[in-house]
Amino acid sequence: MPAVNHGPGHPGLASSPAPAPASDSPPASSPAPASRKVVLEPEEIRRALTRIAHEILERTDGGAGTVLLGIPTRGVPLAQRLAERIEQVEGRPIPHGSLDITMYRDDLRLRPARALGRTEVPAGGIDGAIVVLVDDVLYSGRTVRAALDALNDLGRPRSVQLAVLIDRGHRELPVRPDYVGKNLPTSKQEVVRVMLTEVDGADAVLLGRADSEGRE
Amino acid sequence: MNRHLISAGDLTRDDALLILDTADELAQISDRPIKKLPTLRGRTVVNLFFEDSTRTRISFEAAAKRLSADVINFSAKGSSVAKGESLKDTALTLEAMGADAVIVRHSASGAPQRLAGWVRGTVVNAGDGSHEHPTQALLDSFTIRRHFGRSASSRAGAPGAASPGSASRVPADGALDGLRVTIVGDVLHSRVARSNVLLLHTLGADVTLVAPPTLLPVAVGSWPCSVSYDFDSALPKSDVVMMLRVQQERMNAAYFPSVREYSRRYGLDAARMAQLPDQAIVMHPGPMNRGVEIAAEVADSARSTIVEQVANGVSVRMAVLYLLLGGAEGES
Repeated sequence: MPAVNHGPGHPGLASSPAPAPASDSPPASSPAPASRKVVLEPEEIRRALTRIAHEILERTDGGAGTVLLGIPTRGVPLAQRLAERIEQVEGRPIPHGSLDITMYRDDLRLRPARALGRTEVPAGGIDGAIVVLVDDVLYSGRTVRAALDALNDLGRPRSVQLAVLIDRGHRELPVRPDYVGKNLPTSKQEVVRVMLTEVDGADAVLLGRADSEGRE
Repeated sequence: MNRHLISAGDLTRDDALLILDTADELAQISDRPIKKLPTLRGRTVVNLFFEDSTRTRISFEAAAKRLSADVINFSAKGSSVAKGESLKDTALTLEAMGADAVIVRHSASGAPQRLAGWVRGTVVNAGDGSHEHPTQALLDSFTIRRHFGRSASSRAGAPGAASPGSASRVPADGALDGLRVTIVGDVLHSRVARSNVLLLHTLGADVTLVAPPTLLPVAVGSWPCSVSYDFDSALPKSDVVMMLRVQQERMNAAYFPSVREYSRRYGLDAARMAQLPDQAIVMHPGPMNRGVEIAAEVADSARSTIVEQVANGVSVRMAVLYLLLGGAEGES
């Protein structure tokens, strides 16, 4: 999906006077302004993740040989939360980590170079594993394409599945999620913003107009 | 950050930290079976080397190739430069071939600056005369940061906590505040020293230069560091000792009575190394004159980071190339 759903990449080397991205310095401007509507409350996010965790267990035979990889920024805490829930149910830990896809993006040349996220593959690697990619919002599908390329350089999983908290439609590539927290019909002029306690200080999913973001 | 990297002094603290953080992530690539990223596919990087170099040229070449850029190596020997072609004409030739970045090393201070005015692509200074060598300074800071537990990965691993012994001095952003770095030797001819002083100062380290008076530049008083002529008194107050090569090839006068005398007063041997604090490290940008500025037993000791510096060079240069070429900025 396009960068707008991730919240800001870092302004990086651009010497533009743009202020630091909101995600790095939470509340200041984050609490929903009038133009944004809350579409998921913290409780609903919690239930959606619990359901996805159970679905993953069903589809992967109790999580055997499964690795959860979150896509930075907000896919990482989501993968972490899913791993905790799976451990609560199954009583054994499930390997999880993060997969940064910045270097594999297809729109690198459209924006100034951005800071990289962290890639942490669990010790066992991903060869022969069922890899579940975890992200916050599925939109164009371009992030997932980049993630598949990145996985290819790390090893050869037995299969790759996709879990997202929000599917907002408007695919530009043949990509389909295996686990969805909520299908959210949107127009392209709208912006979906996922906020998570680990990154933004609070849990919420907001729907706003693009012009209030000034991006996209 | 500018479109070019000419001087370490052009980097703000945020620029420098972004490069070091990016290098931290890119360092993981060298542990993978497939050491390659598609990021600079279709971009052309020219290594334009008018002066001999082993590690810097190979390091830049490896960095560009790991990012999938096309690399053209140009060395002055065997080229039209030997027939008298000027720097400007060489630059225009490269321009016509569509170079997106030119990595330049030249014996004349200021050559990369001139080049930047002639080509549309990005210019990266890989060492100009006795002026600057910014990527060496970046890789030195990267190495220091890793050793003192201030890189992004170690910060992420232990939030709030810190490496033993330096708990109160670790800043949140991974800079080098409060670390004491002593740079020893031929400062006068050293582009490494100049770039390091500028960058280390930007990152908050306390830098002391130690050299015989004849091997200090006239204007050293205006540099953001302190100066000492006495190596032994500086040793116990150093977290990092960076030894510089005595650059015989640039010396056209007698700067010290004899190599033995230089070595006795300003060389780092085992006895001097024993005076260092426990956590201190010994650095050298290479190539080393073993037995002159650094004793073999010191260069091969556990405190020496010399081999590590070379490995880190590739990660840091990947970060520089990615940040200068990877985005839209370079196209404007």
